[in-house]
Amino acid sequence: MRFTRAQRTLHAVLFTTFLGLAGTGLPLRFSQSYWARRFASSVGGFGAILFFHKLCAVVLTLAFLYHVKDIFTRGLIHREKGVFWGSTSMMGNWKDVKDLFGHLRWFVGLGPKPQFERYAYWEKFDYWAVFWGMIVIGFSGYAMWFAPFFATFLPGWALNAVLVIHSEEGLLAILFIFSIHFVNTHLRPDSFPMDMVIFTGVESEEEFKTKRPEEYARLASQGKLEARISEKPAIWLVNFSRVVGFTAILIGLVLLILTLSAYLRE
Amino acid sequence: MKTASSIMLTLIAFALLTVATPGVAQATVDCLSCHADAGIQDGSGHSVSVDAQKFHSSIHGSLKCGDCHTAIKDYPHPDRVTPVKCDSCHADEAAGLLGSVHGNGAEHPCTSCHGDAHAIFPKEDPRSAVYPLNIPRTCSTCHGDKGMAKQHGLASVYPLYIDSIHGFALSKEGLLVAANCQSCHGSHHILSHKDPQSRTYKSNIPKTCGSCHAGITADYDVGVHGKAVAKGHLDAPVCSDCHTAHAILQPTEAAFRTQSTPICGSCHKEKFSTYRDTFHSQLGALGGYVETARCWDCHGAHDVLPASDPRSPIAPANLVATCGRCHAGANASFVQYQPHANARNRKLNPALYFIRLFMNLLLASVLTFFVIHTVLWLIRSRYDQIKRRPAEGGKNA
Repeated sequence: MRFTRAQRTLHAVLFTTFLGLAGTGLPLRFSQSYWARRFASSVGGFGAILFFHKLCAVVLTLAFLYHVKDIFTRGLIHREKGVFWGSTSMMGNWKDVKDLFGHLRWFVGLGPKPQFERYAYWEKFDYWAVFWGMIVIGFSGYAMWFAPFFATFLPGWALNAVLVIHSEEGLLAILFIFSIHFVNTHLRPDSFPMDMVIFTGVESEEEFKTKRPEEYARLASQGKLEARISEKPAIWLVNFSRVVGFTAILIGLVLLILTLSAYLRE
Repeated sequence: MKTASSIMLTLIAFALLTVATPGVAQATVDCLSCHADAGIQDGSGHSVSVDAQKFHSSIHGSLKCGDCHTAIKDYPHPDRVTPVKCDSCHADEAAGLLGSVHGNGAEHPCTSCHGDAHAIFPKEDPRSAVYPLNIPRTCSTCHGDKGMAKQHGLASVYPLYIDSIHGFALSKEGLLVAANCQSCHGSHHILSHKDPQSRTYKSNIPKTCGSCHAGITADYDVGVHGKAVAKGHLDAPVCSDCHTAHAILQPTEAAFRTQSTPICGSCHKEKFSTYRDTFHSQLGALGGYVETARCWDCHGAHDVLPASDPRSPIAPANLVATCGRCHAGANASFVQYQPHANARNRKLNPALYFIRLFMNLLLASVLTFFVIHTVLWLIRSRYDQIKRRPAEGGKNA
């Protein structure tokens, strides 16, 4: 067992709303392109697009706030270990820097493959990229939504800036998730075609040992491996996850192609 | 004596009248004894039949045949007769036609607009071809999408007109005051729009439209466009440049709101390009969300004035009210927003320029690093898989 039900739910909410936001944000960003217009008119115009965009944004904001609250509750009130620091934390550490360079050396055959812990450096980067992105995109988005209110304490030019920030950061998030995250996490040969662990929560012991040897070794030495063993996921869950996962990846790739084509034509 | 002679005169006059009246009728009836036949044709096969009932109810019904067909004195008359000259009575109209686009009488006989020569009704009569509600259809026989229009290279304007707001007012509401063809073009003295005397010559258009839309034209005359045109700068737009000439739409309609921003942009290119970078444009680029601000929502439509003019809606003092029309709660800081900011222009918008630069650098560096990282990783792990488990094709390393 790698991910709890709550973590998997959070990922599901995250990618569903992210796809929704990307799907409705891109036609706005590239409003002059043919596909944007066709898409907009087929779903009921830009009014409908904006409505879905705001709806997804609100859901994602709530999920984000819930996550932050959850982290602080676990870390500060329940005094759970390994939330803010330590080998199971999302916080970056010296090992991540060493792993990054070690990994790069391994790519070109200059060293051994690094032994990864529970969260590898690129996974931490994904996490913090989303975290930062959510603050930046969220703030700039709400600043546009409630522009007159934000203008009571922001200067007027900031209203111009938030659109630039929102669209560029959104573009970065879309390009990053639909290319780098997809490949690093799901499409790379070790996980191809999809890493099911984020959907089912469990992976085989062999896979665990190969992918995260240091965590495996640590758990073994602490005698905690037993506690991590969980039931094999139900067939329906695996199949359902496959359908959902592949749909998400497909939508993502289509959006990636549209984005790149529109971006390069600009 | 006086009384007797009066009676005598009256009697003579009466006798003359009673003799003369059947005489007038008699002349027409004589002609009709042949020409009432619906099948009667001339030597070249054209119908020369006259519907007596229609003719008598027409505006010329009290005239004798010979009043128009002056060449015919007796019966039998020659096979070929000289054409009727309408201008012998309608001299003013004929003078108007002369020099107009329809001046060639052989190509444009009076009947091509007024219809059947023996069934001409006054223009106030709904049966008339030139009754206001019938005019567009009458003109469409040449200026419609079929037939003559193609042959003579004429613009096919009828379909544009009939689907316009004027066309709807006329065809659906039956409004006699709705603009029909001749409201703008005139009737007999129609000149090409290239002729400075023409009602549709560019600089005359505000006056032509103003004959109905007086208030709008008064606003227009105050604005920069109206003043420029009055000074002879014909690059400046007149009514038809924004509203089109024939396919005029209701300006609050989605179609008009979405089609007309590029019209302003065709002259104001820089402003159009920067407008397109903003949320107003992105959101409003398509139908369905037409509420977002278009050029004239902020600048005014007809009385466009520069920001330096205190009457302008974009004058600094008026901005809170102007923006506030859509953005409830707009305040002094809010209206500092620049609806035409250019993030590519370092001098005009330095803050925006550097924010965009930073965001682009961030985007480029993150993606460049990770693309290289990912590609190397892909190659390496595939290589590793195959090396370790060649028998299984490298599956599940």
